[in-house]
Amino acid sequence: MTAKKKPARKTKRATPAGKTAVRAAKRAAKPARAPSAAYADFMVQAYAMENDARDRYTEFAEQMDMHNNPDVARLFRKLARIEGLHAETIVREMGWSKPPARTEAWMWRHSEAPESAAPGDLHYLMQPYQALELALESERRAVSFFSGMTRSTAPVEVKRIAREMAAEEREHVRLIREWLKKFPKPERGWDQDPDPPQQSD
Amino acid sequence: MTGEGKGLDSVSIALAGSGGAGVMTAGNMLLEAAAQAGYYGLMTRSSGPQIRGGEAAAMLRVATTPCDSVDDRYQVLVAIDWGNVARFAAELPLDAASLIVGDPAHGEPPEVFLKSGARHAPVTLKDIAKKITGGWPNMVALGLLGGIIGLPYAALRAAVERSLKKGGGALAASLAAVQAGAAEAARIGSSYALAPAPARTARWLITGNQAAGYGAIRGGVRFVAAYPITPATELLEWMAPSLERVGGTLVQAEDELASINMILGASYGGVPSLTATSGPGLSLMIEALGLGVAAEIPIVVVDVMRTGPSTGIATKTEQADLNLAMYGMHGDAPHLVLAPNSVADCLRTTQWATHLAETLQVPAIVLSDQFFGQARAVLERPETVAFAGERLRAAPNAADYKRYALTESGVSPMAIPGTAGITYTADGLEHAERGTPSSLASDHLAQLEKRARKLASIDYGEDWADLEGEGELAVITWGSCTGAVREAFSRARGDGITGRLLSLRLLSPAQPEKLRRALAGVTRALVIEQSFGGQFLRYLRGEYDLDCELTSFRKPGPLPARPDEIHRRILDWSRA
Amino acid sequence: MNAPAPAAGLKPQLFKSDVKPVWCPGCGDYTVLSSVTKALAALEVRPENVAVVSGIGCSSRIPAYTTCYGFHGVHGRALAAATGLKVARPDLTVLAMGGDGDGYSIGGNHFLHACRRNVDLTYIVMDNRVYGMTKGQPSPTTEPDWDSKLAPHGTGLREFHPLVIALASGANFIARATSSDPNGTADLIAQAVRHPGFSFVEVLSPCVTFRPEQRNWKEMVHPAPVAPTDDAARAARRLMTDDGFNIGVLYAGHRKPYRPEMGRPAAEVAELETEFIL
Repeated sequence: MTAKKKPARKTKRATPAGKTAVRAAKRAAKPARAPSAAYADFMVQAYAMENDARDRYTEFAEQMDMHNNPDVARLFRKLARIEGLHAETIVREMGWSKPPARTEAWMWRHSEAPESAAPGDLHYLMQPYQALELALESERRAVSFFSGMTRSTAPVEVKRIAREMAAEEREHVRLIREWLKKFPKPERGWDQDPDPPQQSD
Repeated sequence: MTGEGKGLDSVSIALAGSGGAGVMTAGNMLLEAAAQAGYYGLMTRSSGPQIRGGEAAAMLRVATTPCDSVDDRYQVLVAIDWGNVARFAAELPLDAASLIVGDPAHGEPPEVFLKSGARHAPVTLKDIAKKITGGWPNMVALGLLGGIIGLPYAALRAAVERSLKKGGGALAASLAAVQAGAAEAARIGSSYALAPAPARTARWLITGNQAAGYGAIRGGVRFVAAYPITPATELLEWMAPSLERVGGTLVQAEDELASINMILGASYGGVPSLTATSGPGLSLMIEALGLGVAAEIPIVVVDVMRTGPSTGIATKTEQADLNLAMYGMHGDAPHLVLAPNSVADCLRTTQWATHLAETLQVPAIVLSDQFFGQARAVLERPETVAFAGERLRAAPNAADYKRYALTESGVSPMAIPGTAGITYTADGLEHAERGTPSSLASDHLAQLEKRARKLASIDYGEDWADLEGEGELAVITWGSCTGAVREAFSRARGDGITGRLLSLRLLSPAQPEKLRRALAGVTRALVIEQSFGGQFLRYLRGEYDLDCELTSFRKPGPLPARPDEIHRRILDWSRA
Repeated sequence: MNAPAPAAGLKPQLFKSDVKPVWCPGCGDYTVLSSVTKALAALEVRPENVAVVSGIGCSSRIPAYTTCYGFHGVHGRALAAATGLKVARPDLTVLAMGGDGDGYSIGGNHFLHACRRNVDLTYIVMDNRVYGMTKGQPSPTTEPDWDSKLAPHGTGLREFHPLVIALASGANFIARATSSDPNGTADLIAQAVRHPGFSFVEVLSPCVTFRPEQRNWKEMVHPAPVAPTDDAARAARRLMTDDGFNIGVLYAGHRKPYRPEMGRPAAEVAELETEFIL
């Protein structure tokens, strides 16, 4: 049984979300074929990655809000939105009526989902450039993960989709690099706070 | 407040900001600059719950006379940014005569400040700082504030140099930023310039916590056991290196039960000892304080009171540990309770408490509070007084030595370990004169009387309270309300109210005879305190026979008492 | 194509409240919070059947950040409160949580006795080797040469070894986790909750404000090279030579949990009079 696929909307701007949508549309246009369990599992994992990345950026934005760093909060919210769009695209493309359950695929044993930024790397005084560097690292890890899949012993259709995903993530890497150019590098002493820590309890 | 065009006698300013703005640093520098320029000052602060990056406000009062209280309003509020600064609105009252300075790069001031009717003057602190390599907006704000209140550049410079010497950093850039800020002050114009500074006298810049610590050392304390708790931690952290320098030592304990028992042990060994804590810690220490009373071992416990009950609001003040300090011990356990009534008084009262504890061989609780403990003040150099701990020690090989001998005064010589021929066992169990445990009714009565008698055996002199003024009306208060009450009362005198101000310093043992004399002829008294439940009122009613009619004005923490609300209350009450 | 299995079980989001943590960005406690929510979701316990009991300190703020029943008690006494709660209400899943200062210093006594008593609850300590909330004093797990205002030349005292103490006192499950591995930590917490008796999980959770050097802990941790043991003597040898960075379950014993009978009356109240009647 083939699920109904809504045609993906083509966006005018070449945003990461837009390009993902374009590729999704291309996939949707291919002739339907019964997907293997391995393929479905893989797509659940891919969805999980985007979802976790979005949740992680949202948490970061909230921490930045709480510590009075609105510029970086705004940036993290934007990154969260983008990851959210990726996740939604996967749901749409797969024809799922609702997002998949948290199965074993969600639990990345002894490592985090590759696209999630490491929470220990935050600093309350961090600047947009550094937030984007975090994002860049995350996307690079995602590229690594998908490229790794293409060289694995996974079934052919999984490797094919992994190749496409890797290409998409490479596009994200490129876009973040472009984005980075818009922000100045933090100067030495960016993490200096003349005031000592406060106590509250 | 103005001396008719000659400048203000007092000006209150607040500097606020968040997320690494350096508000506290600039605030401290401003206070130092004011001190350098010859003024008195008082700085308090407030911050959000975050450990770093939170919103913060440095609140200063600069004046031509010593400041023992915050003022009614802030004349100037400068915000480096507005991130969550609105949360401080209740602590930063403004009015139509105030000035708000904000950086347009960070948006408009919050409505809660604008609705005061204050004038709003934007200054591009961030931009100005950016134009100076290594310049910081908080340094621009420092120069701006210094200019607004008329501090000479030399004073600001001295403060910046002193501060940066501690931590290195670009001195030139900071000074350039300060100068840029001062230029902005000239541009926006203001009428908040201070009157000329008074004649130079010997002065200190110190916090209440430091003052208490130094008072203890002057009183002879050489051993401290410490457990960190807000807002007492700085007292202990000041004492750690200071004690070492004078041949004493500080040990960090695992908890308050350990710290109180450690100082009992050290004192039993002959070394005057102290610990400092806050409400939750004092609650834990109560049992061992009773041991100190029963075994007649002198110790000093400084309780830097915070808003309660339970965990309460750790960074804010209140005067509601009085019940605990007075009545918390089980059994009948008479002991000393004292309370400083100004930042400067933290030194003298802690020193006096140490002296009294050692002399009377009994625990002393010193009730300071967060307002004093963490306030930084410019004050007259305190006079050096001769209170120093003088424990009555037993001579070696005294014939038939009895540790708890029923002497006339009630104070019996104490054998210090290492002294030959007079060993004894200190005991929380009720005991006979020798110290051996006893359940006899006669021994219990004799020792109860001894322990009570000894507290009445000395003349506490004039330090038991501060008494000012005369008349049929009296205002009675204690601790950190005193400064605001004094200021309010002096305004009331301007309104033609005559009356006495009584601020109690020695709370236990109560001094009924002295109070009777102090209030002779008083028909009505207004009791002012920072306790929702009126602990001080109940204390007065319980410990004294008062002929006059008592009225209570009480409010809880966390906000400090301000003179105007007290002034209004005094007027209403006096005319009722 | 077929949709994957419909959403069974619970989502971690269900366990996270709207209250925004005040912890410094970069603090290890954020991942502990997230790990706890993942563990509870995997355990399929409802938030209303979980109680999070804490003391005082940065990490003790955690109950309000969850949607479970929370008890933010006084300093150092989380285990005592948690014990009372679990004995009175054995049906609840009880987590006691806090920091190294709260748990090993003022809470040290209660720690010994909670291990000894072996009530079926889980104790999670977020160890950052410092008193964070009061701004940087040494804790029992602080290295002896770390300078601070309260101990300017370092404490000079040997650090507390909580895992050894736990074993010696009778804890039934002992594990170490690291906040640099959120899913691994979630897994260990879930195992700890499932294991009967007193389960102790020490989580290395860096303090980026007072111990910024701890950011490199993530390079120093490693999976424990041996399988968990139920042999206390073997575990003792391992723990006494432990380098402080072994991650995993280090001991899982078989002591019977302490669980007094509650709520099953065998007599009527009136029957108690009998002994007084003349």
